Amino acid sequence: MFFKLTPTTGQPLYLQLMQQIRHAVETGALRDGEQLPGIRTLAEELVVSPNTVAKAYSELEHEGLLEMRHGSGAFVCVKRRTRSLADQVQIARRRLRDLIERLREDGLLDEEIRRAFEAELLYPAEIVRKR
Amino acid sequence: MTDEAVILTQALTKTYRNAEAVRALNLSVGRNRITAFLGRNGAGKSTTIKMLLGMLRPTSGSGSVLGWEITNAKENCELRRRVAYVAEDKPLYGYMTVEQTIRFVSSFYPDWRKDVEKKLFKDYELPPERKVKTLSKGMRTKLALLLAFARRPNLLILDEPSEGLDPVGIEQLLQTLVAQSAEGVSIFFSSHQIGEVERIADQVCILEKGCLLVDASLDNLRQFYRRIDLVFPSAPPEGEFRIAGVERIQAASNRLSVFASKNAEAVIERAHDLNAVSVEVAPVGLRDIFLETVKER
Repeated sequence: MFFKLTPTTGQPLYLQLMQQIRHAVETGALRDGEQLPGIRTLAEELVVSPNTVAKAYSELEHEGLLEMRHGSGAFVCVKRRTRSLADQVQIARRRLRDLIERLREDGLLDEEIRRAFEAELLYPAEIVRKR
Repeated sequence: MTDEAVILTQALTKTYRNAEAVRALNLSVGRNRITAFLGRNGAGKSTTIKMLLGMLRPTSGSGSVLGWEITNAKENCELRRRVAYVAEDKPLYGYMTVEQTIRFVSSFYPDWRKDVEKKLFKDYELPPERKVKTLSKGMRTKLALLLAFARRPNLLILDEPSEGLDPVGIEQLLQTLVAQSAEGVSIFFSSHQIGEVERIADQVCILEKGCLLVDASLDNLRQFYRRIDLVFPSAPPEGEFRIAGVERIQAASNRLSVFASKNAEAVIERAHDLNAVSVEVAPVGLRDIFLETVKER
């Protein structure tokens, strides 16, 4: 499994790792029951603090996507809910792709689209609903 | 995360004849974490580290390392046994060979990690027969690091450990730091290399003119620090943005650039309420946070 963390973006490294593991499960790159590298191994491989890996694993365990077995590491645990979530994400991605395509047709540059997304994501949910 | 601190100082102060090197420093370094200590040259980093190790006497204030008082000579002895320190200038005996140095130093420590010594000796490609005084700066640093890492310390204090290392050496150093951290060693290191700090540190402390200006987890820095660029139809209402979390505002004609350490959402909401025609948000890297922090205010 290959993960790539970007230290310079505005997102905590543990969240990046969580997303990449989730993504790998959604796309089927990681299967039910598959074992992930140990905290120390993955930390050394990615050259990040072991706390980063430990936090990502423990949050994913909390979400039910990983199962931590004492002494033997982390295992992927795909439940039905994860599958339906995977479908939802697939649909959302298609809609996003359409939207981005339209914005590009309108002449917006990718960098401008990215910044617009950043700004809108920071909008509190309630205000968006009001508009 | 454990709340227990391996380094704790209260109003730690060091005044040299005419200059305050460290001013009322309240530092708390967490156990099992990798903490980076940043600051410009002369900000007081090395002075702080030397006080923690009992090599310099504080003018006032107090501190403890692993629970031992730093100013108590007897306790200081105990703490030095459990803390491995790599100094900025890496002092070693020049007349000894690399091999003699390793044998000499290891004899002081009953739980010396032979496995760590062997691994690093191989990784760092140290020449066993060479006299220490003939080593290059990078090799000297590697030898000093090996001696510290093989000691099985509870806490590692490193003063600019990557100085003089080439990119391969830096990568090996970072990997070793991660491995040590995974074994439960707490790490406190000063550095000018923002890029390496950004990769491995859990916590960042920024010292400027002897004062601690930032003490935050990198997760928080990444999540909350934002630069918000705003464009208004007319002269921007700068004063409206002086709210909690806004560290700095730059204004130019109808534009405002707001640097926020938190509350970016509130800034954006206010911008919309004030009819900003453009709102752009960008995360701020550690380099920019550092530069903004140490800028003259």
